[in-house]
Amino acid sequence: MNVWLAIALTAAGCYAVKLAGLLVPAGALERPLVRRLAGLLPVALLAALTAQQTFGAGQQVVLDARAAGLAAAGIALLLRAPFLLVVGAAVAVTAGVRALGG
Amino acid sequence: MTRQDRPGPGDTPGGTGAGGAAEPAGRPRAQVVRDALGVGVAVGLSGFAFGVTAAGSGVSALQACLLSLLVFTGASQFALVGALAAGGNPFTAAAGAFFLGTRNAFYGLRLSQLLALPRAVRPLAAHWVIDETAAVALAQPDRRSARLGFTVTGLTLYVLWNLTTLLGVLGAEAIGDTAAWGLDAAGPAVFLALLAPMLRTGTERAVAVLAVVLGLGLLPVLPAGLPVLVAALAAPAILWLKGRRK
Repeated sequence: MNVWLAIALTAAGCYAVKLAGLLVPAGALERPLVRRLAGLLPVALLAALTAQQTFGAGQQVVLDARAAGLAAAGIALLLRAPFLLVVGAAVAVTAGVRALGG
Repeated sequence: MTRQDRPGPGDTPGGTGAGGAAEPAGRPRAQVVRDALGVGVAVGLSGFAFGVTAAGSGVSALQACLLSLLVFTGASQFALVGALAAGGNPFTAAAGAFFLGTRNAFYGLRLSQLLALPRAVRPLAAHWVIDETAAVALAQPDRRSARLGFTVTGLTLYVLWNLTTLLGVLGAEAIGDTAAWGLDAAGPAVFLALLAPMLRTGTERAVAVLAVVLGLGLLPVLPAGLPVLVAALAAPAILWLKGRRK
């Protein structure tokens, strides 16, 4: 039930902001501070999400095979690998480290 | 990332799109369609990664497919299933996804002037207002090409993203234990791939570092889902600090 509620809220919220952009008069959101904040908000969220999904286990912070996978993804990104290869590297290295007992 | 590497619908803030340099007005339709298809196909295929991640997060096939159909903005979808998997309550999980989606409003602002859509069409077109459609449309030199680019990119991406989501979920369910295959690392890798091109200046990097510290530091202290929302405050905090230093 909770999952359905989350899906409904996300769908409604994400659609509302898309529509708002098309409907509100130009200039309403164009203030420099608002634009700057809107650009930085995804940076903060993505950084926190990356860290939590790599090092989080429930409410604990742990170091496991996912960290090696993420390091591989980071190296792939530095080498300018295509997106699917970046994800593939993370998955393969994580699986490999787990298979070795990490 | 180049445009071939787009991770998901709505995931390339600041991308300048497929068109490259502006060309003289009246750009050939075939050229616009080719650009739009290139972006739509490349990004549309990565719905597979979302389907796999969603299945690994304990979301059902129907729920994963509905997310791709109804939310249709990649980063928000990944964030939501990740938060649910971590045991977040539906409100905090949806709030994180919502904040990631707010940037689409800014694309809408640009597009509404460029496309000049009739009022009746706007509620339909709104669903396709994401990074990639905005990037392709904004790169066109004239309104007719922009409308064509927006429509072709949106349609291709929407159809493929939803098809590959379904395939990803079914594939993951067939595999069974997704963690044994390392598939739980797909989600954070996607976020990292989205984040990397955003870290252009010191300000972005400072925000990212503070968000990581808050996100991990508060994990043991606050209920699931809340640390991410508090970490989002890194953005206004760094802006405020920068403002004070001037």
